[in-house]
Amino acid sequence: MGNELFLIPFLTGLGLAVLLPLLGCYLRLRDEWLAALAYSHVAAAGALLALVGGLPPVIGGISAAGLAGAGKRLFARRLVGGASYAMLLLGGWAVAVLMAANQPMAERLGHALFDGQLYFAGPDELWLVAAGVPVAMIILRLLSRHLLLAHTYPDLFRIRGLKAWPTQIGFDLLAALCLALATMSLGVMGAFALVFIPPWLAFRRAGNWYSGLRWALVLGVLGYVGAFLLALGLDQPFGPVLAILLVAVGLVVA
Amino acid sequence: MLRTEALVAGWQKPATQAIDLSLAAGEIVGLTGPNGVGKSTLLAALAGRARIFSGRIQLQPGLRLALQTQDVPPVDGLPLSGRELLALTGASPEGLPPWLTERIDIRLDRLSGGQRHYLALWAVLQAPADLILLDEPTNNLDAAGVRHLTAHLHERSKGGTGIIVVSHDAAFVEAACDRVVVLEARDGE
Repeated sequence: MGNELFLIPFLTGLGLAVLLPLLGCYLRLRDEWLAALAYSHVAAAGALLALVGGLPPVIGGISAAGLAGAGKRLFARRLVGGASYAMLLLGGWAVAVLMAANQPMAERLGHALFDGQLYFAGPDELWLVAAGVPVAMIILRLLSRHLLLAHTYPDLFRIRGLKAWPTQIGFDLLAALCLALATMSLGVMGAFALVFIPPWLAFRRAGNWYSGLRWALVLGVLGYVGAFLLALGLDQPFGPVLAILLVAVGLVVA
Repeated sequence: MLRTEALVAGWQKPATQAIDLSLAAGEIVGLTGPNGVGKSTLLAALAGRARIFSGRIQLQPGLRLALQTQDVPPVDGLPLSGRELLALTGASPEGLPPWLTERIDIRLDRLSGGQRHYLALWAVLQAPADLILLDEPTNNLDAAGVRHLTAHLHERSKGGTGIIVVSHDAAFVEAACDRVVVLEARDGE
């Protein structure tokens, strides 16, 4: 691990392995875990479009997911029951696959995004994660009580005059940006595995909310470190190894 | 602290007769009447949720409201303890009945329906508020729960909080409320 070649990807992924399970707890609270998969696919499509357009893929990925997160509320009334996430997922996947199939320069990045090749992460990704993860965690901390109150007592939330937009659009945007950031390094399914499985297990086992957050965090970080070492040792793409490891842990614990 | 004048409230169409209602600080008023006369709709209108078709509502400026609806907080599968639920609304666990005090740190989805209901109700009852609106608070409560709730409502009102209670439970309304308003069906319904 002392090798800088692997240290930068490791630290990049570690930051995300701290953030994603916590974010996943709030997505699960809102029954919006499908959003993780949707935003990841949109980010992948945005990254490939940006690459073909001569822009940095990370800018394209984050911008596309950010637009999807912020714009989702515009269609919230017409696309209820998670339909908006299904639409985003299918649209993002279709655009990404078509770009990769028709643009040679997009093919390699497309494979990296869908395979989850964390080892390609460089200083740019590390700096983005180092700056973005603490900010995202502070925002999540600030939103936490309102997210919980809006879920348990929506009427009380409203009659107290609490503003809905930071809790709704703000959280949607935060989730989209975090997922885009994660997709650029961990890949689509690697990011989704960290958002979905640790919170799922934590919600089953934890005795209260804060213990649930701790459970999710510990499971996410342990799963990530184990998958990183395994993938490195076995010379396998990181994303699938992480997903298999978390699925195995999930089945055993559940 | 609250006055309604010829208030007709509803959702897509009017659901109540014209209602004149007043509530003073520290008073507990019960709303009763047959199903469908708009008791819950009236509470929703007072809380700013339902549509007002005619008449008006006067609320003392700066009044803090708390509303308990018949909807149960969706906590199935959620690792949320009773203590955390109370903290969310700013309610104190002080004064809870002993049979709940000892279970306050347990996840809500591992409590019985009655225990969960009382904690969810307590989170609203003890929330910082000057006016509390309760919709069928005795649902799912056993006799001990109803007795405790009745005593607590009196205690809460002594501090100046006004309380409006919608209930079908005649014995509870009689024991808990200072005054009862019976709503009647709209003409022709």
